[in-house]
Order: sequence, then C-alpha cells, then structure tokens
Amino acid sequence: MSLASFLLQLLNGLSSASALFLVSAGLTLIFGVTRIVNFAHGSLYMLGAYCAYGLGEFLAGHLGRGAVSFWAGVALAALAVALIGALIEVLLLKRLYAAPELLQLTATFAVVLIVRDAALAIWGAEDLLGPRAPGFAGTVVLLGHAIPQYDLFLIVVGPLVLVALTWLVTRTRFGVLIRAASENRTLTAALGIDQVKLFTAVFALGALLAGLAGALQLPREPANLGMDLAIIADAFVVTVVGGLGSIPGAFLAALLIGLTKALCIALGNVEISGIEIAFPRLTLVAEFVVMAIVLAVKPHGLLGRPPVPPSSTPLPEQRELVSAPGRREAWVAALLLALLLSVPWWRDDYTVVLATDILIATLFAASLQFLVGTGGMTSFGHAAYFGVGAYAAAIAVKAGAPMSAALVVAPVAALIAAIVFGWFCVRLSGVYLAMLTLAFAQIVWSIAFQWESVTGGSNGLVGIWPTEWLTGRVRYYFFTLALVAVAMGALLRIGRSPFGFALRGVRDSPLRAAALGIDVRRTQWKGFALAGLFAGVAGGLFAFSKGSISPESLAIPRSVDALVMVLLGGLNALFGPLLGAVAFTWLTDTLARATEYWRALLGTMILVLVLVFPMGIGGAFARLVRWRLRT
Amino acid sequence: MEDWAEAGVACVGLGLPNFYGDRMLVCRTAFVLLLALSSSAPVIAQTVKLGELNSYKVFPAFLEPYRKGMELALDEVNAAGGVLGRKLEIVSRDDGGTPGDAVRVAEELVSRERVAMLMGTFPSNVGLAIADFAKQRKIPFLAAEPLTDKIVWESGNKYTYRLRASTFMQTAMLVPEAAKLGKKRWAIVYPNYEYGQSATAAFKKQMNLLQGGGLEFIELAVPLGKIDPGPVVQALQDAKPDAIFSSLFGADLARFVREGQLRGLFKDKPVFNLLGGEPEYLDPLKDEAPVGWYVTGYPWYAIDTPEHRKFRDAYQARFNDYPRLGSVVGYSTVIAAAAAIKKAGSTDPEKIVAALSGLQFATPFGAVTFRAIDHQSTMGAYVGRTALKDGKGIMVDWRYADGADYLPSDADVRKMRPQ
Repeated sequence: MSLASFLLQLLNGLSSASALFLVSAGLTLIFGVTRIVNFAHGSLYMLGAYCAYGLGEFLAGHLGRGAVSFWAGVALAALAVALIGALIEVLLLKRLYAAPELLQLTATFAVVLIVRDAALAIWGAEDLLGPRAPGFAGTVVLLGHAIPQYDLFLIVVGPLVLVALTWLVTRTRFGVLIRAASENRTLTAALGIDQVKLFTAVFALGALLAGLAGALQLPREPANLGMDLAIIADAFVVTVVGGLGSIPGAFLAALLIGLTKALCIALGNVEISGIEIAFPRLTLVAEFVVMAIVLAVKPHGLLGRPPVPPSSTPLPEQRELVSAPGRREAWVAALLLALLLSVPWWRDDYTVVLATDILIATLFAASLQFLVGTGGMTSFGHAAYFGVGAYAAAIAVKAGAPMSAALVVAPVAALIAAIVFGWFCVRLSGVYLAMLTLAFAQIVWSIAFQWESVTGGSNGLVGIWPTEWLTGRVRYYFFTLALVAVAMGALLRIGRSPFGFALRGVRDSPLRAAALGIDVRRTQWKGFALAGLFAGVAGGLFAFSKGSISPESLAIPRSVDALVMVLLGGLNALFGPLLGAVAFTWLTDTLARATEYWRALLGTMILVLVLVFPMGIGGAFARLVRWRLRT
Repeated sequence: MEDWAEAGVACVGLGLPNFYGDRMLVCRTAFVLLLALSSSAPVIAQTVKLGELNSYKVFPAFLEPYRKGMELALDEVNAAGGVLGRKLEIVSRDDGGTPGDAVRVAEELVSRERVAMLMGTFPSNVGLAIADFAKQRKIPFLAAEPLTDKIVWESGNKYTYRLRASTFMQTAMLVPEAAKLGKKRWAIVYPNYEYGQSATAAFKKQMNLLQGGGLEFIELAVPLGKIDPGPVVQALQDAKPDAIFSSLFGADLARFVREGQLRGLFKDKPVFNLLGGEPEYLDPLKDEAPVGWYVTGYPWYAIDTPEHRKFRDAYQARFNDYPRLGSVVGYSTVIAAAAAIKKAGSTDPEKIVAALSGLQFATPFGAVTFRAIDHQSTMGAYVGRTALKDGKGIMVDWRYADGADYLPSDADVRKMRPQ
C-alpha cells in the first residue's frame, strides 16, 4: 500500500467517523440529561432516512428534482423525526421517569419493534435508493484517486455539528440547564427549573440529530429496514468510548472507530510470522475490541467523568429488606410446580415444547435477575454465557461426549467465561459495566461466527439431540423441569445466604459494605461468575431442546430479550423471571401466529405491560399482597 | 395416547407425583395460564396441510413476493381439484430468522397443526437447523430458498430436499464466462458469512480447475448489511485487479455499486456478481444499475417460454405487480410439494419422502427433477449481463443455465454426502 492510498483510507475513515458522530451525538446528549438508554435511537435514524426519501420524492413532484427539493427534504426529515422523538418522550417515557431506569430501556425496545413494522407498512419491503446529493454528486481528484465530494461534505459537517452543539451547551441558557440537569437532577428541579419541558426538549434535540444523520446517509445508502439495528450498537459504542454525556468525547470516539475500521480494510490479509490474518474480517468486531480496550484503561471513557452517585433514593421495592421465603412463598412454589407438572395434559405436544422454551428462558432470566436485581450489575451481554454454555455442550457432543457430560461442560465453560470477563467488568459500574459486558458478548459472538472449524461459523452446529431415552418431547420437558427447578432453588438459596446479603449490601452501599469488611469487588466478581454459571445451564438445555446451535444464541437480541423478561417480571420479584418468561415467550409465539405485523403488536403489548406494571408483573403481585394484608 | 403413556412413564420414572388429579388446586391458581394456552380445540383436518416457515420480517424484500407466489400456486392446485381429493392448505409461520425460534415453529407445525410436510426457510443456518429437525422428527422438509451447499451435501439427510440452485451451482454458471476472459488477478468481495464464504471458495476452486494455475485472488470480507463502501472500494482499487467477483446483495450491493461507480472502480474491468440480476436486488438501483456486469438472476420481462408466460400473466393479473425471483421460488415450492403428495398417494411422511426422490414437476423455468442422489433440484438460473433500459436495470444476452449441468459428478457427491 502506497502512502497516498494510506492517506486516502484515513480520509475515508474520517467521513465514516463523521456520519457515526452525527448519530452518536444525539444519543449521548439524551443519556447525559435524562439517563435514558435509548434503544430506539437507531430507529429514529432509520426514520430519518425514510422520511428524507419520502419527503424528497414528494417535493420533487411539486418543485422538480434538484437541490431545493433534496435539501429541503433532509431538513424537513430531521424536523419530522424530532417531532416523533418529542411524541415518544411525552406519551411514553415521561410516565416512566419514576420507574427503575432500566424499564425505560424496555419501553424503547418496544418502540424499536413498532417503528420497524410501521416503516414496513408505510414504505414497503424494497430498499429505497435516494438521489445523489445535488451539489455534491461528483468527485474530486486527490492524490490520483477520485474521492466523492459527498465524503468531503460529511467530513466538514461532523465538526460543524460538534461546534454548534458545544456552543449550545456552553454558551446558552438552555445549555446551562442541560449541564445542570446532567449533574444533579434533584437540585435542578429544586431550583424551580421545569424539568418536564427540559427533558422533552433534549429528547427532541437528540432525535433531531438522529434524523439528520439518517437523512444525510441517504445519498450513501438506500433506506432499508435493517438500518436501525445496523447502527444502534455502533452508536452505543461511540457514546460509551467517548464517555457518556460528553459530546467532544463522542467525536473523538467516532474518529477512533471510523479510522480503525478503515485501517482494517486497508491492511487486507497480512501474513505475520507465518500466520495469515484477515484484517477485513475484524471489521465485524473492531468497534467492540476498541471499546473493551478503552474501558479497561479508562473506566469512564475517553472524556467521561465518574458518574455522580444517583441523586434519587433507591426505590422502595429495592430498599426493602429481603426476608427468607416464608410459608406463603413455599405454597406458591409448590402450586407452580404442580401446575408445571400438569402441562403435558393440557392440550398437545406443542404446549410441551413451548413450556420447555419457557422454562429455559426462565432460568436464563433468573440468572440475569440475580446479576441485575440482587447484584446491581446491569448486563447487556448476558447471552454470552448462555451461548458459551450452549456451544460448549454442542462442541462436546460433536467430540463424542454423551449428553450428561455435555450438560456438565456447559455450565463449567460459562463459569470460566464469566470469571474471566467478570474480572474486568466488576471494575466498572452502571452503564459502563453494562457496555463492557456487551463488548465481551460481541467478541465471543464474533469468535463463534468466524471459527468455522470448531463452531461451524455462521451456520453453527447441528445434530445436538438428547440421548435416546429423552428424545420424546414430554420426557425432555420433565427433564428440563427437574433441572430448572433445582437450579432455581439453588439460585434462591444463594440469594438468601450470607453471600447473597453481602451482594445486596455491596449493591446498596459499597462504602458501608466495605466498612463491614466485605471485599466489594470480590463479592461482585463471585456474583457475576455465579450468574454466568446458571446462564450456562440454561444454554446447555437450550442446545439439546433445539438440536442445533448458531451464533444468534449469543447475539445482542438474546441479551435484550432476557433483560426484557426480567423487567417485565419484576427486577426483584421472587417469581419475576417465570412471569416475565411466560409473558414474553407466550406473547411472541401467539402474536407471530396471529398477525403479519406481530412485531408491532408485541411492542405495543410490552408498552402496555410496562405502563401498567412499572414494577413488573411480579412487583404488582407483591404490591397487591401487601395491600391486602394491610386491609 | 402414546404421548400420555410416555409422560406417565416419565413422571413415574422421575419419582414425581401426578398432580393432574388435583383439579381444584390447579384450577384456582392457573386459570389465566390455562385460558391463554388452550384457546381453541383442535379441528378435525379436512385439508392436506403444508407447514411453511420463513423469515418474513428479516428478509421482506424477497419474501413478500415469495408469499404471493405461494398463494398463486395454492389457488391453482386447489382449482385443479387439490390433492388426494382434498383441498391443499398452507399453514404459514414467521420463524424470526433464528434457528432456535424456527425449530419451535416447526414443532408447532408438526405437533399441533399435524402438517404433512415442512417447507420454506431463507437463511442457511435456519435451513440447516430445520433440515436436522426434519431428520430427527422424521418429517419431509422442502428447503425453498437456502443456498448453502451443505444442506444437500455435507449435512444432507433422507428427509430434506432443496429447490433453488445452490451457491456452488450459481457460481459454476458464472465461472465459464469468467475463465474465458483469461484474467489473472481477481479481487473478490463478499459478505462475511456462509453464503459469501462458500461462493468465494467455489469460485476460486472452479477457476483454478478451468483456467489452470497462475491465478491470484485478493479477498475482502465485509460484514453483512454493514459494508463501509468507501474504504472497501479503495482497497479494491489499490489491489489493482484485472477483474472482480462479488457475491454482495441487498443494501450492501447498492452501496457498493454507487461508491464504485463514483470512484471509477469498475472502469474497464469485468465484474461478476452472483444474484446481481435478481429483480429484488437490481431494481432498487434504478438508473444507477451497473452496465455490462455478468450476473445470475431472473429477466422476467424477457422469458417467453409458454410455461413462464402463463405464470407471469397469472401473477400480474392477480397481484397487479410483476413477479420477482422470490415469486418463482414460492410458486415452485408449492407445486413441488403438491406433486410429491399426489405421487405418494398419502400424507404418510415416509411415502412423501420416497415420492420426492426423482420427482419431476413443472416450474415457470420448465420441468425440474429432485435428484435421487443428493435431493437437489435441477432448477437452474438465468445467466446474462446487465444493461440499462428506460432508467431501469435489466438483463441482456441471457441464457437459461439448467441446474443439472452445473452439479458435481456422482462420485464427488457420494464422497461429500453421508450415506
């Protein structure tokens, strides 16, 4: 590679970085002020592209094709998305500020589902290639290569937006309020600032940036239904690497990631001491490797500051002392077990299959609930341990091991993975911790995806069926029930043991826990490892119930599914994981059969559940019981 | 009954009491769940059911026309009297695009809907998982769309048949043209997952066979759906290839084409693009469709055989839209399934599997056979070059490449496929 092409690849990286920064700036702004982890940011970006296409075509019909209709379309698209963002905030998120922070995440996840189906219904399934940008449609010859003018345009737009936002935040009253609110919400409110309006404005501004980024992407990429998920992980990574809430940080992070990716492609396949490394393949995971390294060195991102301790007091449900399960809980557990034992007589074999799925999801969700609820460590990458367990079992079977051995290997492998990754993760807290778990999960995913000879690559492994005497659906169901019941019992027992109370103590007040002689990090590390272990059990059971395993089992959507189940069930509710798993799995299954637009319907149902039961279904039950006891 | 007995045995075997008798207990605590799970009683089947599953929400651009194709074929089969004196019915499900969900959906189709056979699927990993499921549950499976070679070769099994021309076959259709050019230095760009990887491997292998040694290949893998076109196009330019082979499709292809044309990557270079002529991927490019590329695809506007004309006219009359390749796949899958059940004379899975072997059936592309040796159909693809006409990409100088001519020798197949 000549020096000229190296420099030009850097230029390419700069224009990608600029595009990435535009999306991430909105996300970091929204998080900085409202603390909302906005999964729907990618959807707003996608809407920006679709709106720019639709409005551009509409205007072209009236004003004729040209610069006016195109650029007006871009501007109007950004405004339209800002309006949609404001609506989402007013109608939905506003009602959830009092709920646990993670519940807003569930709500935005539901929005993702709805927006996707809405875009399909409005704009159809075919990709929509927009026009090239008028005024920037050609190329400029630089160092002997033709460089698109639009790339240069983007390279200028990024820093311009950075300057404008910096001015807004540092030089205007609105900016002062934003900074005040991100430092201390309660105090800002006490000073008489109308937070309601402030939050709506910030959310709309963030949405505007997302919409603008999507609209500006149109000359480079057809508007398509995969845009939302393709961008969201990258946007999160940029936000976290830069430091949450830091706009200059997001800019630096976007540069770092854009350049790293361009370099990976530029390097091509390189032979280093006899081993050929395919650098372009690394683009699959480059941003996550960058994030893992940055967070290991700088726990709060490049320009982030340590988060101010949460200004709101913990929620009553979380603050309450946990008592050992009494007679009442024992009775409910016995009834549930009886109910579960009767499943094969309900209707037909499919009920049994569904119930098996639900049980496995329950254990997976319970392991995550232990981590998030009891341990106070949010994970966006819990599927890693589920998937490692499943893959370990599958690889063991392929190597000739019997099912029993494979089901032992599964949790052990997951435990080892959780011990290794946990060591890094427990050094962080809050969203940074969550994002580091996500980074590790993505790294594991890319290994499973690329290591053809062992993991089967993108196809995964097939032929992982249970041994002869367990092949029947009903028998496998009872087997799963037995294992899940034992595992759930163990989890419950651990949660009520001295170790469990130490873990809660560390969650609620690390300082006091340390003063009592509890090793904070070690306790968290143990909790993390245990959660991984139980996820691994669920993963092993999953592999045998499906007969196959593929990289999807440890991809981001599975981690998100588990979080949604935990939150639907109730973060600290005893039977929360079961309720969440039943609600989520059953809803998905039923709705997918009932209607073509089942994703939108599923999203709507989740929204309803979230709004009606902000403490989860299990939390609502607990409240009901307390209320009845009082009266 | 068998299942009841089985469950009873398992219950006793695990040493657990049977709680079913305790009705009061169950009823009081679980009425919500019961209500939810047992909404309707099973209806006695008056129809022959085909269980269809596909990733409708993940690949809508291909699968919406596919669904229409299925509907058209279903109506035609039923208008002609159905199968076995009964009406044919398709029970269609969304598999969510993941193998785990797909297996659950397949379980539902088999154990609740009691379908005679399974069909459909789009991505390779889902296709392979369902193929293995079919083997485990001993149910015939007609894979419609997955292109992976493994589904009929390395992972082939008795119960699985595949309709579409595979990655290997479609690559083989392009290789003779590529070898004729005598180019030595090839740049290969592909989506980084099984389809792209096997297309690349097949291309290299067959080029070396046909053109002899001295070939150089520069490979560039891009993440599926997330191509970064600027750096990719420039890396390809820097490699200074004589020709380019690509297996990109969808949004990746559109971005690659626009960036490559802008930067002059394709100037004076022959470009081969697998699937590039399929209307699903060519039409969104509108007036920016590349000119002179060698592609496999489907020139629906120009195929004038009687069987295709009949299909196209019926499709356009019914849906007021032109057929895409997905429409042909959906249509042919249902026709094949109906033919298999007719030939079997029963819905017995073993008889259907036996009937599928060597089954000949009519498709819009002409008569097609499921080979007995590897269960691959001989359905072919159209090979030609791209051109622009009235602001739209089309295929010109095309020919129909019969799938039967692009499959490895029987000896090679026996070596690959577990016997």
